Amino acid sequence: QGRDLIPVLSTGEAAPRFLCSKSNSFSIFQDQAEQFFRSGHTNNWAVLVCTSRFWFNYRHVANTLSVYRSVKRLGIPDSHIVLMLADDMACNPRNPKPATVFSHKNMELNVYGDDVEVDYRSYEVTVENFLRVLTGRIPPSTPRSKRLLSDDRSNILIYMTGHGGNGFLKFQDSEEITNVELADAFEQMWQKRRYNELLFIIDTCQGASMYERFYSPNIMALASSQVGEDSLSHQPDLAIGVHLMDRYTFYVLEFLEEIHPASQTNMNDLFQVCPKSLCVSTPGHRTDLFQRDPQNVLITDFFGSVRKVEITTETVSLDSDLAGFESNLPKDELATEPLKYAEQLPVAQIIHQKPKQKDWHPPGGFILGLWALIIMVFFKTYGIKHMKHIF
Amino acid sequence: MTLWHVLPRGCPLCLSTWLLQRLWGLGLVGSLKLCSPAVRTSITSRYEMVYRSTTAQEEAALGAATAQEADAALRPLQDASLGALTMYVVPETSSLLPQGISVYVGKHRGALVRAGGSLAALRTRLRQLTQVMSFTASSIAAALSDRVPDGQLGPDARRHLKSSLGYEITFSLLNPDPKSHAVDWDIEDAVNRYVQPVLDKLSLVANFSVDSQILYYAVLGVTPRFDKESSSFLLSAHSLPHVINPVEARLGSSAASLYPVLNFLLYVPERSHSPLYIQDKDGAPVSTNAFHSPRWGGIMVYNVEAPASPQASLPLHVDVDMVRVMEVFLAQLRLLFGLSREELPPEFLLESPGSEGLAHWELDRLLWAHTVENIATVSTTLTSLAQLLDKIGNIVIKDDVASEVYRAVASAQSAMAKLATGHLHSAFQASKEAVTSSERAFFDPSLLHLLYFPDDQKFAIYIPLFLPMAVPILLSLAKIVRETRQRKKEPTKMD
Repeated sequence: QGRDLIPVLSTGEAAPRFLCSKSNSFSIFQDQAEQFFRSGHTNNWAVLVCTSRFWFNYRHVANTLSVYRSVKRLGIPDSHIVLMLADDMACNPRNPKPATVFSHKNMELNVYGDDVEVDYRSYEVTVENFLRVLTGRIPPSTPRSKRLLSDDRSNILIYMTGHGGNGFLKFQDSEEITNVELADAFEQMWQKRRYNELLFIIDTCQGASMYERFYSPNIMALASSQVGEDSLSHQPDLAIGVHLMDRYTFYVLEFLEEIHPASQTNMNDLFQVCPKSLCVSTPGHRTDLFQRDPQNVLITDFFGSVRKVEITTETVSLDSDLAGFESNLPKDELATEPLKYAEQLPVAQIIHQKPKQKDWHPPGGFILGLWALIIMVFFKTYGIKHMKHIF
Repeated sequence: MTLWHVLPRGCPLCLSTWLLQRLWGLGLVGSLKLCSPAVRTSITSRYEMVYRSTTAQEEAALGAATAQEADAALRPLQDASLGALTMYVVPETSSLLPQGISVYVGKHRGALVRAGGSLAALRTRLRQLTQVMSFTASSIAAALSDRVPDGQLGPDARRHLKSSLGYEITFSLLNPDPKSHAVDWDIEDAVNRYVQPVLDKLSLVANFSVDSQILYYAVLGVTPRFDKESSSFLLSAHSLPHVINPVEARLGSSAASLYPVLNFLLYVPERSHSPLYIQDKDGAPVSTNAFHSPRWGGIMVYNVEAPASPQASLPLHVDVDMVRVMEVFLAQLRLLFGLSREELPPEFLLESPGSEGLAHWELDRLLWAHTVENIATVSTTLTSLAQLLDKIGNIVIKDDVASEVYRAVASAQSAMAKLATGHLHSAFQASKEAVTSSERAFFDPSLLHLLYFPDDQKFAIYIPLFLPMAVPILLSLAKIVRETRQRKKEPTKMD
């Protein structure tokens, strides 16, 4: 017979109390883990969006491609970059140097190059697709390169450029995204923990209005100009005939040129880039939603991809004479019929089809209206008594 | 979860009359308040303990010479359902456990405990043992990492792979110098022999698919330093993070499935950089010559012996010793899943699982954590979906989205109920279904919220359209009202 001892232990006390005697190696790895996990992210993503099309918006494409180059140079692979461009510059009939997009005058730097991987091009750059990429509500047939497969340990860099106004950003001259929609999209991302920290950079006129409405945690935002100010372009190239870059992005890229994967430069330096004397507009930033101090945030936390690594100290001891393993799980043999291609074009049907009988429809509104108008004018002019001549 | 507390016959201490500890049932009490943003989660755990004395067969098994043999003999006699544990308390003087060891944890779901010292000491030892073999507060907190404030989590809380329906494992051989080394690795055989048993055991947790590739002229992004003393090349610990990125672009992991990918790379250094060793933080060479990155995978450097005669013809033929390689890769796989052995007092002895890769109780640990994580994910997802629908009233919910939501809620509730009774296997299956349904409902492409109309936009669009039309309508309405009023007055006037 057992006598009940009823110790009332709470779940708090259930934590193991015997984790003492930390050996030397364990504390070393504890330090290592703490240092490496200062920012808490394990992978990096970048979403770079150029929202303009047409030849005179060359500089927006050059902006985005230059940021793409920097981000790739600092380590983020193409599989983790979602690049949305109208992509009509390089092969534009007005481009005197086809297949190139230059970002410095005198054609110093061709940012288009050989290995640009554009994920959304031309008419696919829409507000809907952009929001789908951010929130993840993508049709299941979308290829992996067009998805933002971030998780709760991803730091995401979002760069947007184009024409904007107070509270909105113009997409391809036909639609707009408002700052409220963008803030809601980020909140959706936060709800599903699709990011650890997010850096939002926008280079448009009145860019600061776009980050005014953010309300999700862990977002840091930079803009090239305040509300009421215009962002200006940097330098025209007389041979190509258009402006090649925007000022803010130009100076940001000059700043990024000095960053290499191991550098310790922090965000406060990025906030100082492009003062009013150089940029004419006043760049702004917003850090109140961000938990860490910008002093402690490295540039490479967002622009590069520095992995957290640990040394492997254990091994599993394997029996080298192990015979070929007979799996004891039943492997289901699915009887599948041989696969063949579906008929792509039913040629026989097309050749031998008869012309379709078109159903008769009564005349539509326009024709009726037109005839009514003519009859009214006739009777107005000649008087109603002439109707008897018709009937 | 049943815990059998077994006493051998003839135990001088008559522990059976004293030892009943009552702990709590694992019931997940999550308040799913779908309208408020703050969802509070509390977890209480309870162990159901049953005790009895040993049967004759178990006595015979416990009479074995070593603990390992006893463990193997006891396996068919134990309760093999997921989540169940069996502990055998052996007398203090028993020679089954080595000197100085008072707890031995086997490869399956059993453990041997020495009944030494006082009752209270035995009780604490048993309690600690049950936590080691099932779950601790920190492991559950790590599973719920989304909901726990950052300050309360340990540094390793977010390193483990998130619970997912499947994983893709890719083994890659990197040969930057094919002119000097012609490397051959029999990966298919090695996977069948060493990796597949582990994956079959883990198949309860998720679907695994394995592929392999060989990459030529793939270099590490870092130039190793030459060390004169050991006449070898060294990669220091702080340059390791920069090694992975240049290689990752060529791994082709983005072409694989939508499941998370685990990459295991085997790097054979160039002849000009051989031998290559990895240094840890103190400057000592690492014995395994390997490192891993959480949620990504692992890299091992395989050094090729320099040829005996300097005139040996190039390329050298290299046959990779797959046993050594797989020992490291399997250890890295365990670490990536979070199956590391936490620090325990020296009186505990954990049996290494050997070729099986992981012990059954470690599988149970993984399943407990993943089940809790899945249920937490489902509740977060459904809560945020409900908030979205509250906020944007005119989103249309399709029937299949609605049915997915119902299914997710039903599965989550059944998972919680089964967890409360301790049926780990069915709880895990139910939680997986719940996660699948809730993800499908949340990420349905039709739920896009492009429907925001700010007030000033409404004014800006509708006023220019309707105001000019409205002016003559309003004026003629006013005229009609005036005329009817006049007509009403006039008959009284006309008399």
